[in-house]
Amino acid sequence: MSLRARKYASRAAFYVLVAIIIAYTVFPFYWAIVSSLKGGTELFRTDFLPPDPKWGNYTSIFLEQPFERNILNSVIVAVSVVIISLGLSVTASYALGRVHFRGRSLLLLTVLGVSMFPQVAVLSGMFELVRWLGLYNRLPGLMLSYMIFTLPFTIWVLTTFMREMPRELEEAAMMDGATPLQIIYKVFLPLLTPALATTGLLAFIAAWNEFLFALTFMLSNEMRTVPVAIALISGASQYELPWGNIMAASVIVTLPLIALVLIFQRRIVSGLTAGAVKG
Amino acid sequence: MALASSSPTVGAAPAVHRASQLTRGRVRAAWVFLAPTLIVLLLVAGWPLLRTIFFGFTSARLSTMDSYDFVWLDNYYYLLIDPAWWRAVWNTFFFAVISVSIETLLGLMVALVMNANLPGRGLIRAAVLIPWAIPTIVSAQMWNWMYNDIYGVLNKLLMMVGFISQPIAWTADPNLSIWAIIIVDVWKTTPFMALLILAGLQMLPQECYEAARVDGIHPVKVFFKVTLPLIRPALMVAVIFRLLDALRIFDAIYVLTGNNENTMSMSIFARQQLVDFQDVGIGSAASTLLFLFIALFTVLYITVGRVNLSER
Repeated sequence: MSLRARKYASRAAFYVLVAIIIAYTVFPFYWAIVSSLKGGTELFRTDFLPPDPKWGNYTSIFLEQPFERNILNSVIVAVSVVIISLGLSVTASYALGRVHFRGRSLLLLTVLGVSMFPQVAVLSGMFELVRWLGLYNRLPGLMLSYMIFTLPFTIWVLTTFMREMPRELEEAAMMDGATPLQIIYKVFLPLLTPALATTGLLAFIAAWNEFLFALTFMLSNEMRTVPVAIALISGASQYELPWGNIMAASVIVTLPLIALVLIFQRRIVSGLTAGAVKG
Repeated sequence: MALASSSPTVGAAPAVHRASQLTRGRVRAAWVFLAPTLIVLLLVAGWPLLRTIFFGFTSARLSTMDSYDFVWLDNYYYLLIDPAWWRAVWNTFFFAVISVSIETLLGLMVALVMNANLPGRGLIRAAVLIPWAIPTIVSAQMWNWMYNDIYGVLNKLLMMVGFISQPIAWTADPNLSIWAIIIVDVWKTTPFMALLILAGLQMLPQECYEAARVDGIHPVKVFFKVTLPLIRPALMVAVIFRLLDALRIFDAIYVLTGNNENTMSMSIFARQQLVDFQDVGIGSAASTLLFLFIALFTVLYITVGRVNLSER
């Protein structure tokens, strides 16, 4: 009986802990949604449900600044960066994961080292490069500079997946006279599709969230990406930030990400740990 | 007999020859496959890094980057005697050590809860991924609103519970603002920590736990004597990985307190010199120093983590 009571008590403690963790992780986002649906003076009261939900903040964010353009910029940059990174790293990860050659460890170490680069460490050199190529205040400038963190990441994760491909498949293909390129595209790529999706999604999130380069290499309002636009939303005066608008913008750019992450949660967790724990 | 024993060798010679030819072909293909990637990495990582280190020895200005004088170590000397730079170094390390410590403790706790074999853990995993998925800028703005001294929900909640008697200026109070930043970072990255630790926990052998249960050892003792030593390698890797990330913090500080010296990190300092003051020389010197700090930790990560560079 007492054993059973103890079991129930520990069960209850467990669920209290679960509730606390969920409240802690979800509340700030919940509060952003609630705040974004409040209009006028409601915003300054602490009602935990919007008393009279209004969409005014969601329309004014598009009227007061080129927010649709900012979203488009972010989508263009993040999608191109993902496509280019994956395209380059499919063949590179095959070479690094499945072919023995001298200097491979050194190359992998270099890739890992580059993925740890603080972006600030290359800021002035990158600024010069972007301006020299005539890409200052243009989206290709961001696509180019984002390669510094997406490319090492996609190479590293795809290399760990490439290593796990069954050897027999490759040998059988070689027996049939397949070239390395055919092995990659005909044999491995179909098997790697889930890994590519996960890696691509993680690289997309990284590019979508990037701030420092986007803040430094873009000049005009129309060229800004979403994080910069949200960071620089300003009101009538310095002391009067339009919090309703800021929260509405935050919800707009976060909801799709959260939806994607919740749909692919199992894969994301395995992709993240492949990127860090395994190596 | 002699014929029989020699015939396989005769047959094998062309096979070996063919195999080595195949290997050579594969190695050649590998380099061809790697070439475009290596060119891109040299262009976007190697070259800008070298140029940044180079600019650290010059007096270049942002508007006229192609005409400069060599000042050699003058920029480094200027940093050495600039209290603002040392403040930034201190802030960065204080922030990194405190926030990563809290994240490790909380992450361990969340990971243990997620690892328990009870219904409801799927829900936590979903909830925990939300802060991780939100862009840092957005999470900083969300907290910035909650921190608002007059209308912020945080002050109202704390006053309702009775922890504080009057509103606190979270981001304006020089003693509190660094903690405001730490709180945002902890909220945002504890999930990542928890997931990494969880991955370590799930690789533990179940036999130890069954043996401990049979022997009737208290779960707390099992945790400290069995679980903690076994997951220490995974924990170390996660901690160093997060430290590397924390040392380059920029986004959250930029949104919450901007260029305020009380909370300025090394990244904020370097960018302010470079962009706001147009001083490419000092900005690059500061960047280079930050790069050296992080390189040191990267070496630590690779050695402590015993990163797997060969096959399996």
